[in-house]
Amino acid sequence: MSGTKKKEQNSVLQQLITDVGRLLVSLFVPLITFVVLWRVFLFLRDSHASHGIIATVAIIWGVGGVLALFFAANFVIERLPNQWRERLTPYVFVGPAIAVLTWYLFLPTLRSFYISLFDASGKHFVGLSNYVFAFTSHAMLESFRNNLFWLIIGSGLSVGFGLLIAVLTDRTDPKFEAFIKGLIFMPMAISMVGASVIWKFIYSYRPAGAEQIGVLNAIVTALGGKPQPWLLLRPWNNLFLIAILIWLQTGFAMVIISAAIKGIPSELPEAGRIDGANETQIFFRITIPYIRGTLVTVSTTIVIFTLKIFDIVQAMTGGNFGTQVIANEQYVQMFRAFNFGRGAAIAIVLLVLVIPVMWYNLRQFSGQTEAFR
Amino acid sequence: MTFKKKNLLSKALIYIVLLVIAGIWTIPTLGLLVSSFRPADDVTSTGWWTVFRDPAQAHLTMDNYRIVLGTAGNNPRLKKTISRGEENIDLGTAVLNSLTVTIPATLIPILIAAFAAYGFAWIRFPGRKFFFIGVVALLVVPLQIALIPILKDYITLHLNGTFLGIWLAHTGFGLPLAVYLLYTYVSALPRDILESAFIDGASHFTIFMRLVLPLSLPAIAAFAIFQFLWVWNDLLVALVFLGANPAVEVLTQRLLGMLGTFGTDWHLLTAGAFISMIIPLTVFFSLQRYFVRGLLAGSVKG
Repeated sequence: MSGTKKKEQNSVLQQLITDVGRLLVSLFVPLITFVVLWRVFLFLRDSHASHGIIATVAIIWGVGGVLALFFAANFVIERLPNQWRERLTPYVFVGPAIAVLTWYLFLPTLRSFYISLFDASGKHFVGLSNYVFAFTSHAMLESFRNNLFWLIIGSGLSVGFGLLIAVLTDRTDPKFEAFIKGLIFMPMAISMVGASVIWKFIYSYRPAGAEQIGVLNAIVTALGGKPQPWLLLRPWNNLFLIAILIWLQTGFAMVIISAAIKGIPSELPEAGRIDGANETQIFFRITIPYIRGTLVTVSTTIVIFTLKIFDIVQAMTGGNFGTQVIANEQYVQMFRAFNFGRGAAIAIVLLVLVIPVMWYNLRQFSGQTEAFR
Repeated sequence: MTFKKKNLLSKALIYIVLLVIAGIWTIPTLGLLVSSFRPADDVTSTGWWTVFRDPAQAHLTMDNYRIVLGTAGNNPRLKKTISRGEENIDLGTAVLNSLTVTIPATLIPILIAAFAAYGFAWIRFPGRKFFFIGVVALLVVPLQIALIPILKDYITLHLNGTFLGIWLAHTGFGLPLAVYLLYTYVSALPRDILESAFIDGASHFTIFMRLVLPLSLPAIAAFAIFQFLWVWNDLLVALVFLGANPAVEVLTQRLLGMLGTFGTDWHLLTAGAFISMIIPLTVFFSLQRYFVRGLLAGSVKG
């Protein structure tokens, strides 16, 4: 009895020793991988080689490095005893994603909240006073008002125009439809900074009497009006910034809505026509109810986008002249005022604003794909 | 009026309305393109539309592009006229930086997300559902929340102003969407293909590399285009994590800087903006179908 037990212990011990040995051998490969990656990192950080060479090395190092780490991890796993291999394999696959997400999104949510309870120096606990700032300061109140403008006018008109164009193009020749859609959709590929350059030029202003080089003032003066410094006119300047968003986002709304309209079975409107419905009735009684889900998804997506709007305001006015928005005020608190406490508090406010919309959106989404099973 | 005539009229009206809207949508970009080829004096003295009124007097030139790309120094005529500030615009380097940021920031999240999607879809392990729901739930987190904590980490780790730092940041912010999209695709792959591979004794790693990755290419392409354009056009993440190091500045940052320094030099601004648009517009026109698919899929990015 005790003999067999001893034997068992012995074999367990032996097993353990071979396991540890195999582990040490297999750790050698990831170690080498790691050292090589580290050397290249140092080269990239300290090298003064030409920019093109550094860029090429950096790209190969970055992408190849991630691949090499996966291969090294797999190399280790394959050399482990069966039981351990089975236990650890899943984590080779999902581990890196979970680790990165924990570092970049999950922990920051908690840490931002923690930081938001401290003052600008980050040393003195100030309770909720950063949130008092976030809800009462002049800049933030202005931001809330402006974000509401962006939300209602920007999202509303983007979806409205998108719907209009989708419905109208649906009744035209397919080639013409593709041509029009391509033109409307093109701005989606342009960065918001690039779009800001385009539109700042449109809004550019010369005093009355001088020849106008901005399209808008040229039209106004040609019609006999006085040229206006559009970006300085409070509170209307917000509308001129929102126009950029509409220009960028209408194509997005149009494409998605158009796809939904094409999904309406043609019998439905035909049956309506036979029953004597006119086109307006068909639009409101058949088309709209049928694509309701799509309209909600598109609207919520653009609402979230407008809640976080930053680039356009930063590039056009820097948030001056009464055009501040939440995300830009956060940037100002971070990099102009160097007040991380307030910046973090504003970020939390943004999170709280986005969550309900996003949650609604995801529930719509999950209904279609069943990923939340 | 007969029914047919009325029908024809409303049809014509639709075409006209659409042409007008499309015209309004195109004019801004057209003005930018035309102005970028006009000499500085012309841009500041007359509207760009005058070019069409009198094409013979247009004096179109590539000089603006030579200046913003930093190649004006090779041209004796331009060398005499450009100012010191103009000499330093050098968008050529910024294009290279944008590529260096964008390519890995697109490929790394795809790689990590594809592994994770396979793990969640095809390997049974404790906590699988919990972790997957956690990943998808992070879709609701706006990236603004991460800026301050991650910036603090980067300052400690000396990652601030490095390519590695911004790749990882874009990877982190793009991952929830990437995992979610690839999971829905990978989990829908036919079960028998994978099962027969298991019976043949293939490991998870082999199945992933040989079977799942190639089979998932359509979903990967859709996400890749979305992420590429997102990173290429991003300003905020670049400002926060690259802002400290002018040598690695990307195009959007440079363009923002030009708006500050050369706020009224429209000949330079328009040329610079057009350079920043060439690559995304090429992607747009050549891969329009995937681009649309990517946008449809990517519409819930946090």
